[in-house]
Amino acid sequence: MARRPEHSAPPEIFYNDDEAKKYSTNTRIIEIQVEMAERALELLALPDDDESRLILDIGCGSGLSGSVLEDSEHMWIGIDISKSMLDIAVEREVAGDVILGDMGEGMPFKPGTFDGAISISALQWLCNADKSYHNPHKRLLKFFTTLFSCLTRTARAVFQFYPENSDQIEMVTSQAMKAGFYGGLVVDYPNSAKAKKYYLVLMTGGSAELPQALGSPEEERRVNYIKKRDACREARGKAPKKSRDWILAKKERRRRQGLETRPDTKYTARKRSGKF
Amino acid sequence: MKLSTYNFLTSVAIKGVKVGFPLKLTINKKEVVESEFNPTFVERILPKLDWSAVYGAAQVAELTEDIPAVQPENIVENELLLQKLHHLLFEIDVLEGQLECPETGRVFPISDGIPNMLLNEDEV
Repeated sequence: MARRPEHSAPPEIFYNDDEAKKYSTNTRIIEIQVEMAERALELLALPDDDESRLILDIGCGSGLSGSVLEDSEHMWIGIDISKSMLDIAVEREVAGDVILGDMGEGMPFKPGTFDGAISISALQWLCNADKSYHNPHKRLLKFFTTLFSCLTRTARAVFQFYPENSDQIEMVTSQAMKAGFYGGLVVDYPNSAKAKKYYLVLMTGGSAELPQALGSPEEERRVNYIKKRDACREARGKAPKKSRDWILAKKERRRRQGLETRPDTKYTARKRSGKF
Repeated sequence: MKLSTYNFLTSVAIKGVKVGFPLKLTINKKEVVESEFNPTFVERILPKLDWSAVYGAAQVAELTEDIPAVQPENIVENELLLQKLHHLLFEIDVLEGQLECPETGRVFPISDGIPNMLLNEDEV
């Protein structure tokens, strides 16, 4: 596995001119980015009324995920810390506006601006302290509180990110809840090492149900533990021999055949005492 | 940067700033980019806009004749005004200029159409 980019350098240094151009021309990267952006847009659960909406793209980079928003007829504003990536976005003449800014410094927008927010492969950068005065917890909290305020009521924010470990997931989700968001983590294809994707789905209001993850097993595939073999027979519709149900069924059958049968009592199917 | 984006930008992320809106806009170089007129989207975005900031942007962009100083009633029925608003908000691209925080005087430069909202260590 390749070294994680956030271990190499801060994002504004890692994504220099060479890396930004490489990132934006690699067809495999483009394909994956578009796929994840489409899934994030799906998880955003915008009302299906063909309305154009204003979406915030956090960590927009060169505008790959913004293109997906454009294809869905949405307006978008992007913010990214890498000048080189944004230069490529301007060069590609993306429809959305792009802003140079740091996620951890807070979102510089008016309250109630956006109908939704998506972020592709950006949130994990906030989990690292790239400068001496950086505190990941504080930066995440600042980011989430300012994001919460610039979303409209009932708006959602969907983050696809690459957590390094469960501690990072815990740190990110706890800061999001502290900022006032609801929601949780949706893991697509949890059993696949390559196809597994983490989506943090955050909601500003209401108690909507968390969306269903892709590729999760629908039903149990193991044999249930059974203590007694006798119980298997009930599945076939027959009671075990000598049991009360079995005896009652036998007596009923004899009555239907017209044979002489003793009546059913509470002593039916009980053992005789030694006296007889 | 479109002027619609200018209407949403604040400097509230700076430490000590309460509102940080509207930023003072200076345009050194701008460009007109044609885009398709969508009246529905202009209608939907109007409640999010601050009309005084829209008029202020119109003043800086030298389009004060198109935009009234006070927000009129029933803009939705005024197709001509919607078109002018569309032109002002979505078709004017600010390439070079600056944004100034009204409370601290902090200046954010705009270069290549990209506003630079990065802060220094002491401002976070």
